[in-house]
This record gives sequence, C-alpha cells and structure tokens, in this order.
Amino acid sequence: MSMLIPVGIVVVIGLVAGIILTIASKVMFVPVDQMVLDIREVLPGANCGACGFAGCDDYATALAEDTDGTITASMCPVGGADVAQKLAAIKGVDAGAADPKVAVVMCHGNEASAKRIMEYKGMATCKAASQLYGGNWACAHGCLGLGDCSVVCDYDAICVEDGVAFIDREKCVACGKCAKVCPKHIIQIQSKNKLVYVACSSNNKGAQTRKQCTAGCIGCMKCQKACKFDAVVVENNLAKIDPEKCKNCGLCAKECPTGAILNLRVKKKAPAPAPKKEEVAAS
Amino acid sequence: MKEIIVIIMSVILVDNFVLSQFLGICPFLGVSKKMDSATGMGFAVTFVMVLATAATWPIQKFLLDAYGIGYLQTVVFILVIASLVQLVEMTLKKYMPPLYKSLGVFLPLITTNCAVLGVTITNIDDGLTYVQSLFNALGAGIGFLLAMVLFAGLRGKLEDCKMVPVAFQGIPITLVTASILSLSFMGFSGVVEGLFA
Repeated sequence: MSMLIPVGIVVVIGLVAGIILTIASKVMFVPVDQMVLDIREVLPGANCGACGFAGCDDYATALAEDTDGTITASMCPVGGADVAQKLAAIKGVDAGAADPKVAVVMCHGNEASAKRIMEYKGMATCKAASQLYGGNWACAHGCLGLGDCSVVCDYDAICVEDGVAFIDREKCVACGKCAKVCPKHIIQIQSKNKLVYVACSSNNKGAQTRKQCTAGCIGCMKCQKACKFDAVVVENNLAKIDPEKCKNCGLCAKECPTGAILNLRVKKKAPAPAPKKEEVAAS
Repeated sequence: MKEIIVIIMSVILVDNFVLSQFLGICPFLGVSKKMDSATGMGFAVTFVMVLATAATWPIQKFLLDAYGIGYLQTVVFILVIASLVQLVEMTLKKYMPPLYKSLGVFLPLITTNCAVLGVTITNIDDGLTYVQSLFNALGAGIGFLLAMVLFAGLRGKLEDCKMVPVAFQGIPITLVTASILSLSFMGFSGVVEGLFA
C-alpha cells in the first residue's frame, strides 16, 4: 500500500507535465521550414554543440538558411561522413547544383610586384601580422602571404606562391572557410563560370597604388570603357565586375595597363620576370 | 542581506559549478567555441536555474518531504526540469521570438543539464530557505556564465596560437586549458569566508 503513494505521485507529476506540454505545443505551434525538419531528422540529435552551434536544431536552422556556402553539411562530427552525405543531398536538391562556385583571391601582388615596407618576424599567421600595422606590405589591402587560408583549407586547394595565396580551382569546393579566415577579406566566393576577375582590392588612389604595387588596380577606367556589356565599373579607385553582365570576353583584362584584371581563359601569365624585380627594388 | 551576499559570492567564486564542482562540463566544452554562443548559453542556464529552483523547492518541501519519499528526488526533479524547460522554450518561441533567437536555441541543451539538476539538489541538501535557494541558483548561473566567458576568451586566443604541438591540438589543449582555469579558481577557496568573517 505504501508503495502506491510514490508511484502515484510520480505518475501524476508525469501526467500533468505531459498534458501541459501537449496543450502548450498545440496552442503555441509555430510553423517551421520543411528543410529544417528534414535536416533535423538526419542529425543524430546528441545536442553536443561540437559543430559550433548551440545544438542540432540550431545547426539545422543555420544550414537550411545558408545561401553562400559558409555553413557546410559536414560540420557534424558525431554523424560523420554518413550524415554529411545525407545533409548534402537535402541541401543540394535546390542549392548551388547548377552554378558551381569557387573561391577567388582578389589580389595578385607577389614578391615581384608588391613592395614590403618592413621585415616581419612575428608569429607566422596572417591574423597576427595584420594586427601589427596591418602587415608588412606597402599595400594595406593586399594578401599577406602567410597562408592562414591554406592552413584552414580542408581540401588542400590553396597554396602560397611568391607571397600571395593561389587557389586551385579544381580542388576548391567553395566551402568559404578561407574567405572567413582572411583578415584582409580579399577572398571571395564567386561563380566558377566567371573567368575574368579583378585581382586587386586596393581602394587607394592610382598614384599611391602604383607606388605600392605594380600589379594593382589604379582606377584608370580603361576597363570600364573597353567593356561592351557595361559589366565593369570603377568605384573608389577599384574596378568591379558585375557577374550578371560579364560575358567572359576578356577585353578589360587586355586593356588593363597593370594587369590587375586576370583572364583565366588564357593561361595565367608567368610571374613577372627577374629584371622587373630589380627595377622595383631600385625605385 | 549579508547572508545572501555570502551565498552569491561563494557560489560564483569558491564553489563555482563548472570549475570547482565540475558540473555542466558538456556545455562548458561544447558551446565555448564562440563568445556570443557562450554568453547566450550562460544567460540561458542562469534563467533556467532560477526557474527550476523556483519550481523544485516547493515540490520537495510540500510533496516529497510531506509524504516521506525524498528518495524520488532525482527522478521527479529531472521530470520537472525537463518539462519546465520545454514549456519555457515553447513560450519563448511563440511570444518572444527575439529572446528565443538569442536564448531559445540553448534551451534543449539545458533540458537534462547536470548543473541545473545539481543546483536544485544542492539547495535542498544545504537546507536553504526558498529565498536563499533562489539567490543560490542565481549565483550558480552567474558563476557558470563567468566560467563560459572566461573559457570562450581563452579558446579564442588558443585558436590564434599556432605554437601548440600537433599532438595537443584541438581537444587535448582545450582540456588542459580547462584544468588550469579550474586550478586558478582554487585560489579563491577561503576568500569569501575570510571576507565576511
């Protein structure tokens, strides 16, 4: 008989809680995106937070709402490759399948073309270097060349050549990790079909850019005039190509006096020849 | 008044739930990667701790103790806390979407969090009054928030540091950091008693 009281109490508490929750879930129903539910279904539900989000629901919402590929399907360490594949399938049905993307470094000022103003001997990371007077290059907008992006890349797609990051477009999956980690914010995720891009991020005036880097955009407007599709606009001393209008014709790249616009249809030009290097050093 | 200050100070610094009593280690390690997640989690835990205490203390006194079934404490508390958190989550989601955005995502993580259960049981075991219990829960939550913020800051610094040996990268160095942080909190032992003696 004495056993009945505790059993009864627990049953009653459980029943009351259950009824309240049931009523509450009906009364306070909020519609949820179907994709979030699908993703949530696949996730293990451990709510461990190891993905960096505050639980499976949070990750599911973030992944479903993600449009630029910064949140990938492979972030759940509990689920592993299996879950990642299923998530990619859910996400991939409508996202990004038609238009593959790739990371692009908006700078190509290498040892030969860009100038350094000091010797940097600190921690060999871009983040650390950028905190010290914005890095040791003359140009404050350029690639620091210490390879934070190549370290963070899971696909071995980035290497630093001659003081500037270079992305292997075949290996790159546009996960966006490099773009996130770059302290200069010069890596962008662009459409893979766009083969012409401005490899410079400097907003400095032409003369100043010239002094800092021979490969920088000086805002001379030649590209803007050359473009037949009005795709190139020079804003703040920097050319910008509108991906909607650009037809990959490469006229702007041909016109560019400093070679700041790169055309990947023609093979990438070999790095500046040795004599030029001396010229820069002498000037 | 002095009593309440002593309770709050000692539960924040001396008997810190995470760093001295080792409760709630899972969110401490899991959600401390980003500073904003860590603070959000800290506030959510504080909120739920106070709420859970407010609900479980009367249940213990007027239900469990009254019928002499104190041994059901753990089962009943877990049941009550879990349903309470679910209810709070639903309420927030419906009526306070902005608050839900910042706090609500952490609530499922707290449902069966041992720090929350720990604070409710400690309140009973230490024989605190209702008001004292509420302040103890508040202090425990603030202590948890403090630990989360400190640790999130440290992890941020760790991520920038490339000097970590390969074998220690990731989880190992995180655990070592946590233990050193915990060690430093041992320095607080006796401080509060000394201050208010």
